[in-house]
Amino acid sequence: MARRTKETASFGSFLIELAVYAVFVFAYFFLVLHFLGNWVKHLFDDRRTLYAVVALALIVFQGIALEMLTTALLKLIGRRE
Amino acid sequence: MNFLISGTHISPIYLVVVGFFIGILGGFFGVGGSFLAGPALFAVGVPMNFVVGTDLAHIVGKSIVAAKRHRALGNVDIKLGLIMVIGTIAGVELGAQIVQQLKRHAYADIVLAISFTVVLLGISAFMGWEGWQTWKQNRHRKPPRPSSTRKLTPDPSAISHITKWIQQFHIPPMISLPNSGIKEISLWTILAVAFVGGLFSGFLGGGAGYIRMPALVYLLGVPTHVAVGTDLFEVVISASYGTFTHALKGNVDILIALVMHTGAAIGAQIGATLTQYFHGTRIRLAFVPLPLLGAAIIIYSLITGHH
Repeated sequence: MARRTKETASFGSFLIELAVYAVFVFAYFFLVLHFLGNWVKHLFDDRRTLYAVVALALIVFQGIALEMLTTALLKLIGRRE
Repeated sequence: MNFLISGTHISPIYLVVVGFFIGILGGFFGVGGSFLAGPALFAVGVPMNFVVGTDLAHIVGKSIVAAKRHRALGNVDIKLGLIMVIGTIAGVELGAQIVQQLKRHAYADIVLAISFTVVLLGISAFMGWEGWQTWKQNRHRKPPRPSSTRKLTPDPSAISHITKWIQQFHIPPMISLPNSGIKEISLWTILAVAFVGGLFSGFLGGGAGYIRMPALVYLLGVPTHVAVGTDLFEVVISASYGTFTHALKGNVDILIALVMHTGAAIGAQIGATLTQYFHGTRIRLAFVPLPLLGAAIIIYSLITGHH
């Protein structure tokens, strides 16, 4: 019984996490990519080495940022449970 | 949504959904999923050179998330991963050089496609056979403990005698890998395994997790959960290297990779978390259809000429 309750709680936590992610993704499309698009294209055309550095930095930064967001979210949910 | 760098128009929802499913596979099996991501990008009109580079960039972001989650679960052997990076990068370079040589001759695509298909079918057949044998041998035993309390011992395997034989190579320097439960192993054995993985990565593209993960389990004797986590950690470094070199050559549309990664990040977390609930043998058995799927896509491309 206790195990079932724990599983339900962890599934609920996951759904909350998914919802926050969805909000984040929509905000990301409309704000960040909209402003980044032209600048990144300019780098790609004119300054290829800088583009390579920026491309790698962007994907690494996004990976770390998403991981931190999730970890913080899980801690918050864990504290509430 | 217009992606100016590659000159393509793709729905971001499509990219997020593709990233999500590939993320689950990556988090669960420790593979980059390029054998699925590549055809998925190609199918919506992304040029092949951008497919290769962009897929690598998205693998970097996804693997960071999954590797961090696996590290939190105690599934990453950083010492093993760092040693493997050296062998992998050397292998990637050699593989890329072989491709450059092949490009000078006709039928390079066919040679690559047939090689890839044979490798994928071989891995799938071997892992299916081995997983089935191991499952039959151990089905009456007590189920394993949850991963948080499990001792670091190799998972039951039908070919454990080969693993022991490989571990008996005493070519100095010998090192210990306590996080993988390996008391002593030759550094050269690890480098050789990493080199072969890198060779496949450079020769056939992607992260080559489909060959590195099984090699860690069957050749080095690393427990399956640690093999998945360590492979992802290693993929972060080798795919970063690949992304940088491909970006210099103009093969990366980073905006496509960023959008795909938003879906992959969620999927990777689900996949990594799911490994806690599965026994190592079951993870290996579940892995069997993946190389088959990749092989089917390649055979289809060869028959229809879509490559």
